Amino acid sequence: MSVISHNETKNGPKKAEEKPSLYASHIKVYPQRIAGTFRRIKWLTLYTLLGLYYLVPWIRWDRGPGAPSQAVLIDMPARRAYFFGIEIWPQEVYYLAGILILGAIGLFLATGLAGRVWCGFTCPQTVWTDLFMWVERKIEGSRNKRMKLDAGPLTLEKAAKKISKHAAWIVISIITGGAWIFYYGDAPTMLKEMLTGQASQTVYGFLFLFTATTYLLAGWAREQVCTYMCPWPRFQSAMFDEDTLIVTYEAWRGEPRGKAKTDDKIGDCVDCNLCQNVCPTGVDIRKGSQLECIGCALCIDACNSVMTKLNRPLNLITYDSISNQNARQEGKPERIRLIRPRTVAYMALLTIVGGIMAYGLLERPRVEVNIQRDRSPLFVTLSNGDIRNGYTFKILNMLRRERTFNLTTEYVDNATMTVIGINGRDRKNVTLKVGPDTVGTYRVFVKAPPQSLKAESQNLEFVLRETGAQSHVEVDSTTKFYGPKK
Amino acid sequence: MANVEKDAITGTETTGHEWDGIKELNTPLPKWWLYTFYACILFAIGYWILYPSWPTLHGHWQGLLHYTSRGAFAQDQLKQKAERSVWTDKISSKTVDEIAADPELLNYSIAAGHSIFANNCAPCHGTNGSGNKNFPILADDDWLWGGTLDAIYTTVQYGIRAKNDNTRSDSMPNFGTDEILTPTEINDAAEYVLSLSGKQTDPAAAKKGETVFADNCAACHGDKGQGTHELGAPRLSDGIWLYSGAKSAIVSQITHPKLGVMPAWTGRLSNVEIKEAAVYVHSLGGGQ
Repeated sequence: MSVISHNETKNGPKKAEEKPSLYASHIKVYPQRIAGTFRRIKWLTLYTLLGLYYLVPWIRWDRGPGAPSQAVLIDMPARRAYFFGIEIWPQEVYYLAGILILGAIGLFLATGLAGRVWCGFTCPQTVWTDLFMWVERKIEGSRNKRMKLDAGPLTLEKAAKKISKHAAWIVISIITGGAWIFYYGDAPTMLKEMLTGQASQTVYGFLFLFTATTYLLAGWAREQVCTYMCPWPRFQSAMFDEDTLIVTYEAWRGEPRGKAKTDDKIGDCVDCNLCQNVCPTGVDIRKGSQLECIGCALCIDACNSVMTKLNRPLNLITYDSISNQNARQEGKPERIRLIRPRTVAYMALLTIVGGIMAYGLLERPRVEVNIQRDRSPLFVTLSNGDIRNGYTFKILNMLRRERTFNLTTEYVDNATMTVIGINGRDRKNVTLKVGPDTVGTYRVFVKAPPQSLKAESQNLEFVLRETGAQSHVEVDSTTKFYGPKK
Repeated sequence: MANVEKDAITGTETTGHEWDGIKELNTPLPKWWLYTFYACILFAIGYWILYPSWPTLHGHWQGLLHYTSRGAFAQDQLKQKAERSVWTDKISSKTVDEIAADPELLNYSIAAGHSIFANNCAPCHGTNGSGNKNFPILADDDWLWGGTLDAIYTTVQYGIRAKNDNTRSDSMPNFGTDEILTPTEINDAAEYVLSLSGKQTDPAAAKKGETVFADNCAACHGDKGQGTHELGAPRLSDGIWLYSGAKSAIVSQITHPKLGVMPAWTGRLSNVEIKEAAVYVHSLGGGQ
């Protein structure tokens, strides 16, 4: 696999240059329009994904007063993330890690089953590039017209076409960049602010950033993102095996290529080059599986359209596994094996991780405790000889109502607590209140007579129980209690 | 260039430069690199004009934006001050006890007091009031001048034996160097003081020392050595010692006492900051 195909085949064999350059100049790809099954699937995924992307921020979700009413929202200033009924606090960012793990395994599974379906159909780079190419085709015309336009001199018509194309691209890019920002704030408010110039510099900065990247990546960089920038194609072949469905050319049936089927020695391929002309990355699939191929299957549509016209068997280029291809070549029965150790392992992993995440989300107590032990002083000897340790006790109340908790300690005999800001010293249990959706911070001092201490350092457990009829939430957290050397 | 020489192996032109038989190939920079370089040069020129840069005969070029990092810092501080004023205004108008009674103000003051303490008090009193040799621990329950919020507030404001009209001051006589007591009497008194906190002593000497203590020390330190906050006289009946509880240290303290000084913070810290620091110190656990 290398950057082969361009130089030799795109515009005929390249003239031998007089001076070898260290910098291969880029050869522009002019994908041709094609209709067919896979193109239809691609359009459908494009509508669905773009629709989701642009519309999701506008879905409302009532969370009661004081809470944002946007279904999907990452509220940076308030440090909360919302996904419909799920609310994520910064302490729970591990769910994000879980989603990334699910995404990775899902990608492995999809690749193991059907090759680079992610790249060819659902990758944002593919989706927006497809949209941009559609705009380009609407304005500049078909493949031939575009090539002629680019080769020709700068005329008024060419300038008009180019300007309107880039203008349309930029408009789409602005809408795309803007939609991304809606995920980080209340969409209607953000839109109003952005349109009236009242949004913050940060918002405009990010709007510019996302607009610029969309325009550059989908408009200019295109297949170069897949070939040079994206790491995924470099190792996706590790997920393939001989039963993976991939876009392949049946060389045994197609070769040798020829224009007319007058001779038995000539294969089904008529060398019309349509498969290559429609390719968004400029690949010649007849050279075999290669890095630049994103598995979008448009070449299958192209080849089938030609085969239909010539009344030859379809699927000379096909979505198939290597083992199936071999079986067909040898006349053996074909068999699609979706259940294989590899795919079963991916599915099992997917189920386990998904299960753990779902369980975690359902069983969240919506209260979390963080305890920081004072390190300086490690402990204090009081005038009557008692030993005292200080703790900063934080209660994260993740519900939107005030909650009352009862705090007690265990493991250290005769231990009593004093909480700063709460009346009454040296108590066995303390009532702590935490407001809705906030972190309650308390300074807790635990005191014990020296006789109660078993060692220089021993365990101390804080037990926090929610009080109230309907709740039985209990959080146990163990920390250390220090005293003088025994 | 009239005679361009080509390298036989790579086919690349040479620059014509030759060192020890090795010829330099002419491999020009990629365009993007060159343009990035030019863009950097343009950026630098713009930077020189907008920001302080070149030295001149009288100082340096100020830049069209008149930017200084000191100015930016001052701006930041003003902004922070304005943001904090919501809290500081309340703290300013309330007493320390009222501040401690309001959970929100209490939390704010503890957080603010923590950094004030770390910047101003920790060098002597240790981080989080953990104390140092000859400087009191502020996290225990033994107080020279009282551990109520108000007492702490007063101490932080005016200091101890400080250059301030309201400062708290007391002195312990030099019983030894001024020859008020004989060395034997001092020794006996020290033995008695040790017995107050239940330490091993010579019972005969301690017995004699009790009289010496009653005549000379009890007025300030109390007849049982319980101490007097109003006079800053330390309690002698516990295990907490400012200048060590060893007998030699006690003898030395009676003979020629060390008297520690704490500066007055009025004028050095704002009243709000002093209140925050007092609330913080009180929250360290030893507040009465």
